[in-house]
Amino acid sequence: MRPDLDLVASWIAPGSRVLDLGCGDGALLAHLTAKRQCTGTGVEIDESALLQAVRSGVPVWAVDVDSELHLFGDDSYDVVVLSQTLQQTRRPDEVLQHLARIAPLSILAVPNFAYWRHRAVLALRGRMPMSPELPYPWYRTPNIHLSTLPDIEDLLAATGLVVQRRVPLDVEHRAQPGMRAANLLAAGAVYLVQRAQVTCA
Amino acid sequence: MAFETYGTLAPDRGNAVFVCHALTGDAHAAGHHGDPTRPGWWDTLIGPGKPVDTDRFFVVCANLLGGCQGTTGPSSIDPATGEVYGLDFPLLAMADFVTVHRALLDHLGIDRLVAAIGGSLGGMQVLQWAVDAPEQLQSAVVVAASSRLTAQNIAFSAVARSAIMRDRDFQGGRYPGTGRSPDVGLAVARMMAHITYVSEEALAAKFDRRLQDAEQPRYGFDVDFAVESYLDHQGRVFLDRFDALSYLYLSRVMDYFDPFADPAAAARVAAGGTRFLCLSFDSDWRFGTAHTRAMVSHLERARVPTTLREIRSPWGHDSFLLDVPAYHDTVRAFLGRAGDACGVPR
Repeated sequence: MRPDLDLVASWIAPGSRVLDLGCGDGALLAHLTAKRQCTGTGVEIDESALLQAVRSGVPVWAVDVDSELHLFGDDSYDVVVLSQTLQQTRRPDEVLQHLARIAPLSILAVPNFAYWRHRAVLALRGRMPMSPELPYPWYRTPNIHLSTLPDIEDLLAATGLVVQRRVPLDVEHRAQPGMRAANLLAAGAVYLVQRAQVTCA
Repeated sequence: MAFETYGTLAPDRGNAVFVCHALTGDAHAAGHHGDPTRPGWWDTLIGPGKPVDTDRFFVVCANLLGGCQGTTGPSSIDPATGEVYGLDFPLLAMADFVTVHRALLDHLGIDRLVAAIGGSLGGMQVLQWAVDAPEQLQSAVVVAASSRLTAQNIAFSAVARSAIMRDRDFQGGRYPGTGRSPDVGLAVARMMAHITYVSEEALAAKFDRRLQDAEQPRYGFDVDFAVESYLDHQGRVFLDRFDALSYLYLSRVMDYFDPFADPAAAARVAAGGTRFLCLSFDSDWRFGTAHTRAMVSHLERARVPTTLREIRSPWGHDSFLLDVPAYHDTVRAFLGRAGDACGVPR
């Protein structure tokens, strides 16, 4: 399992009902089911990834994160996981609104476009960056909505999602909890966010 | 009751898969009876090395109660009167099909299935089975089915039944043995139903507006277009293998089918532990993706582990009978896992 998924898994309470959007081969859900008594559903549209998930016993819905999250009911899950997927959606703001509706807790893993290597390529070479983190040329990248860490945090706040924890990731997707200047030095980050409590006057 | 089996039952009887057939199917699901040009109706899916792998699984398919291919139905003789049941045959419900399937399993000494699998009316039986006896099904595969027919679905069936019952030779259902049967009505029912089983695109691809055996239109009411000739043929060959009374009884079961009207149904499935694979085809306008999603939403809300996929296929409802690679790959992956979970050797 990718190292950032280990971190994600460690934030999920045993027995939780988990919706994993962009679940890939289902490794996270398979792990949570086997080791943490969780139940849940993955969402994946890539043919070979979803077949692997089915083969490993993970329930998968082949639906589109961009247009079909309305299929999931309000508060129908305990946690939604969106790992390395938000930047591939057409409207990240609408996706986050669905997250806030579907579960009280969400976990997001995102790449950081302000990572120093990306900045350097842009500043010194004047070229769109390519890296292990963002391995595609600009014209056929699935990563159509790249952001920096403060950009993400602004959008989370505007959506009513409160950051409970943030862990910077290095370029190998390893957690670097003590990292300073994360928006410069981190290749990405994982966030645990909670739906803001609505209080009635 | 008529049934067929394929593959070998394991010594622990733990490798069985039950196949539920659709409205006009029968027990002959796979292989052939001597003539390789007449394979079973799901031979694309079932066989050695196929998605329902008979090298691994013991596969059972039974003709439905109320059918006309070897299992007791409305055209059978009522032993109490010595006469054909006709319309005195009791109206059937989906649960009756499941009761008979389960009695067959008792007869075969099989307690639990790796999976039950079916398309269309077959998928509805699988769903009913999971509601009635989820502990008996490790997995359920439901293809191009519905948990609740729409008014349009019922309307199509109503026209088909009307064609049969208004045929003079129907004789109030007492036609067996009279030498006359409602052939016109049954053929018309089949012709109309057949249109709903294929997509507009599929008909266009197959026939377009081609004329039958002619360069120029004949401008009359006889068969002129190729699609007319095709439907005519479909109606005609159907008469050789199907019975009008069975058509009435089996199609009516679908109209009344509504398992989630019982609010506890989905929770029973969840408690029993059955895992679902629900598939639909994007060009199916009989029981399309909206039907499958409605069914899956009941299951998911009750936390039944459910895999949902819409398969791209231009062939309409009949896609479930065809070799559509993404469809077969998904069934193969799901049943492969189900077999592992049941400890069936690979």
